[in-house]
This record gives sequence, C-alpha cells and structure tokens, in this order.
Amino acid sequence: MKKINYTLLIFVFTLCSCSENNDGNTSLESNITFNFSHTWDNTLINNTDFNSIKFTNENGEQLSITKLRYLISKIRFTSSKNEIIEVSSYNLIDVTNNATLSFSPNTKIPNGEYNNVSFIFGFDNEDNYTKNYPDLNSASWNVPDVLGGGYHYMQLEGKFLDTSTTETGYAYHAIRAVDNNGSSQQFQDTFFTVNLGSVTLSRDTLFNIEMNVSQWFKAPNTWNLNVLNSMLMPNFNAQVMMFENGQNVFQLKSVSN
Amino acid sequence: MKPYALYIAIVFILCFSCEKEEDKAYTAIPKPLEIPKLFEENILAPVIPINNPQTIEGIALGKKLFFDPILSANNMQSCADCHMPQLAFTDNTQFSDGIDGHFGDRNSMPLFNLAWHYDEKFFWDGNAFSLEHQAFSPVTNPLEMKNTWPNVEAKLKKHLDYPDLFTKAFGTKNIDSTLVTKAIAQFERTLISSNSKFDKFLLGETELTPQELNGFNVFMDEARGDCFHCHGSDKNPLWTDNSFHNNGLDETFSDLGLGTVTGDPSDNGKFRTPSLRNLAFTAPYMHDGRFSTLDEVINHYSEGLKNSETIDPLMKKVAQGGVGLSSQDKIDLKAFLLTLTDKAFIKNPNFNP
Repeated sequence: MKKINYTLLIFVFTLCSCSENNDGNTSLESNITFNFSHTWDNTLINNTDFNSIKFTNENGEQLSITKLRYLISKIRFTSSKNEIIEVSSYNLIDVTNNATLSFSPNTKIPNGEYNNVSFIFGFDNEDNYTKNYPDLNSASWNVPDVLGGGYHYMQLEGKFLDTSTTETGYAYHAIRAVDNNGSSQQFQDTFFTVNLGSVTLSRDTLFNIEMNVSQWFKAPNTWNLNVLNSMLMPNFNAQVMMFENGQNVFQLKSVSN
Repeated sequence: MKPYALYIAIVFILCFSCEKEEDKAYTAIPKPLEIPKLFEENILAPVIPINNPQTIEGIALGKKLFFDPILSANNMQSCADCHMPQLAFTDNTQFSDGIDGHFGDRNSMPLFNLAWHYDEKFFWDGNAFSLEHQAFSPVTNPLEMKNTWPNVEAKLKKHLDYPDLFTKAFGTKNIDSTLVTKAIAQFERTLISSNSKFDKFLLGETELTPQELNGFNVFMDEARGDCFHCHGSDKNPLWTDNSFHNNGLDETFSDLGLGTVTGDPSDNGKFRTPSLRNLAFTAPYMHDGRFSTLDEVINHYSEGLKNSETIDPLMKKVAQGGVGLSSQDKIDLKAFLLTLTDKAFIKNPNFNP
C-alpha cells in the first residue's frame, strides 16, 4: 500500500512540474524580443547592400551606406491604468556588422493589455549623462565633452555623388543638439520616443520593428548632402533637423509569438 | 562479485588514477591580469580564452620564449628583435628583416593592451584570429624566422630547461606549437600600458599644460582633428577602435590590407587602427612605415589625404587634402599625443629580459 502511495505521489509531482515548465500560457510573465530590420523605402536592406552607391535620397543625391549603428533604450509598456513597466536596458544596433539586430531584455513583462509600447531612440538625458557604459565606451560611442559629453544616438555614414559627381563622404551622426556659439552651451533634446501602439501580452512576444533609412533624408526636411555631409555633430540646426526627420523613421511591422 | 561489477570497479580505479596523475603534474598558479583603474572603470573586461588562463608559469615561459632566438631556424632571431621592449615592443625601421636579411612589407606593430582587442583580429590586416593564432605566423614566415614547427618542437624538447618549464606551465613535457603560442600569448597579455601623463591627468594625479589641453580639444573636435571617431577618447584608454579603415594614404593600392583577407573590394586599402599610446617610441608610422615623424602624420591628415573608392567617410575635405589644421593646432595636437607616452611601460622589468 505504502509503495503504491509513493508511486502516486511521484506521478502527481511529475505531472505538476511538466505543466509549469512547458506550458507558456500558464506563465504570468512573458519574455519580449525586439527585432530590427531596415529598408530604403520599400526595399529591405542589410549590410550586404552597403558600400556601393545604390540609393537615391529625396533630394536626388545618389548615395551608399558604409556604416549604420544606433542606440535604443528605455522600452516601456504602459497599461490601461497608465502604469508603466520600464525595461531599463539599452541596445546598440550594429547593422554594419549584422550584429545585435535582435534584443531580448532580461526583464520579463507581466501578461495583460497595454495601451502602448515604446522605446527611446538614443538616450534620454538621465541615461545619457549620469551613467558610464563600458560597452559603449569600448565601441567608441562617446560624444566629446565640448559637445556636452554623453553618447551618440546614431552613426550613419557613407558616400554620395556631389554636384561634380565626385564620391564624397558623409557622416550623419545624431547626438543631443548643442549650440556652442554663445557664452554658455545651449542644448535641445533630440532623443525621441518611438510609440509602437497597443498590444496584448499573453506569451513570449516578438516585436518586429523596421527603420526606413531613407526617411532620415526625407521629411519634413529634405536633406541636401551637398550642404550637410560632415561636421554635423557641432551643427545645432542639423541635429534638430535629424530629430525632426527621425519622427517617422520607425514603424512596428508586426507582432508575433 | 559479478563480472560487470568488476569491470566498473576497474574503470573507476583507472579514472581516479588518471585524474590524480594529471592534478599532480599540472601545478601552474593562476595569475589574473592586473587591470588598471581606468580600464576597469571605462571599458569591457579583457579577452582571456577559457583554454589558456593566465598563470605564473605560463607567463614566465612565454616571456622566455619571446626573448629566445631558439624559435628561429638559425637560432639568431627572437620575437623581441622586431618587438623591442624599449620601443614599446616594435622596432624603429620601416620594415623588419628576417633571418636571411630579407625585409617584409609591413611595419612591425607595437605590442600592448592586446587583451582588450575584443574582435581579436590581429596584424595590420586582421588575418589572424586570436593572440594565440597570431603567434604561429612569424615562426614559419620565410621573411621572418623561417622555421618549421617540427624543428622548433624538437629543439625545445632537447633543451635543458624547456621540458621542465612546459611541464610546470601546462602539465606536460610533450611540447608542441599550440603550447608555445599559448605561452607567448599569456606573456603578451601582460603587456599593459596604462601609466602615461594623460592617464595620470585622468586620475587627477597631474595637470596638462594649456598646449596639451588645446591639443586634446583639437583631437576631440569634429571640425578640426576629429581623431576620436577612430582613436577613442578619454573614456576609452585603448586609444584605438581596433577596427579597419582606409585613412586616405593612396589613390591606388599596392597592398590591399583587409581586402586581401576578406576578398571584398570594399575592404581594399583598409588597415587596423593602431593605438596612439607610446607614439614617442613607435616611429615610423602607418602600416608601411612611410612616415618617419609625427609631424608627417599630422600633415597627412591635415592636407595630405588622397581620394580612393574605399576612403573612410570620416576623412573630411578630401578634395582639399584634409581639414587644414592651423600650425598652432598641429603643434598642440602633437603635444597632446605625446602625453600618451608611457615610460614606465618600456622600463617595466617584468617586460624586459
């Protein structure tokens, strides 16, 4: 009799543990993953499309991309009660090396309905200035102190055919806008929040996010590479224009499980 | 006792006896790298392979091998012939000659802070992955030591000291090329340079002169030097991104650099960014040692750039030859660069024979 009871007990335990481990639906929290893909308007691009002049921007300039890296941070889930769950990590997406295009934060998110999911392009000021990031320092991602310090938001580089059809380099580097012309530095925030919309979280979820690179050159400011190609970090107006053009660069392509 | 139980017992005895013998032979004492404060605070941890941890005996063996001409075919040339401690582990000629007096076609690279090369692509063109693999090449290169590994192994096995030193470092007298390169890599990882005037400035232990400070500002100013995008900043004590760039040396390439390794034309003319530490000791400069002085290097970036298909977009105003630094900015930039000189590094007795 005793023997049968023990066997029964082990059987029940085994059944319970299987149920908890294998059935994602019974979990109260979910893992999230952000996948980043990139297009030039409607054409999907990756690093194999780099290094040759094959794109045309809104201003009609033909150009190549040789480097694309950018930073996203502070992923937020806002509930219907306006409660915010924040993932306080960040990810440097390195399209050039086809690395870190997928980002899975360690933080699990409670299942439920959320009115909005968002992330920040770049760092907000708190993250940008109050912390030291060895991984970003190792990636030479810093902004010089004379420009306020902190970190780059994006490095987009390549060549374009200038008015004399000479291949000329451009370095479209986004940072916090700083004006050094006055007696003291004047700043304007140029990080921005990318809102992805509502989502119901019931299991591990994949957010497929797309960056349309051509949008950086498109609207509301038609970017003229013959005028704005390098030394853009200390250029306050150029940084504000990047901020404005960046508003429609990202879109949520799909959500999947 | 049943037969299968006897077999199990024998297997157990064999296993334990083997393990005991291995433990007894391998007595190397762990010796983790001493990581400088600025490195600890600002950059990622060094790369130490799991299968080659730093040990006192491994480092000592690597040092002996590094300075020993036994690795060369004629017993006349050691690693240190082209990588001299007093020159921050490089030499002072454009190219280096091997045992037959023939010269290579690349400038000898200085050796320091190699454990922080996260991508682990060594040589000017990144053709060797990992420090261990890098050490294989010079021994058999016909323009360098021109030896064969069987010959090296045979000489080391017959040597009075080496069999014992290998046993202490790796638990075996069975000397082979893998263990030789592991030992050399262990020694090379200890070559840490972190004691320059600029390091002391960052640690609050000294002040820079106004000229040196202005030079640093030129370095960090995107509209003037714009050196920081490739050479790092006060937040990156390596002073290199360890990546590959075409910095506008030539319109056409006699040496394809990274392009030779990847086969990708878009990599032609790209070479690894060298660190700016210890420039006072490491002339001549560039992958082909074409510049004898720092002034020539600065002049190159200021007005000597040459356009080519793969020139890095960060090279600005190429049509004008460069950013056109003022004479004063050039002098100040040089003064700043020389604050990265680490005299304690070249005099460190641990790094000298």
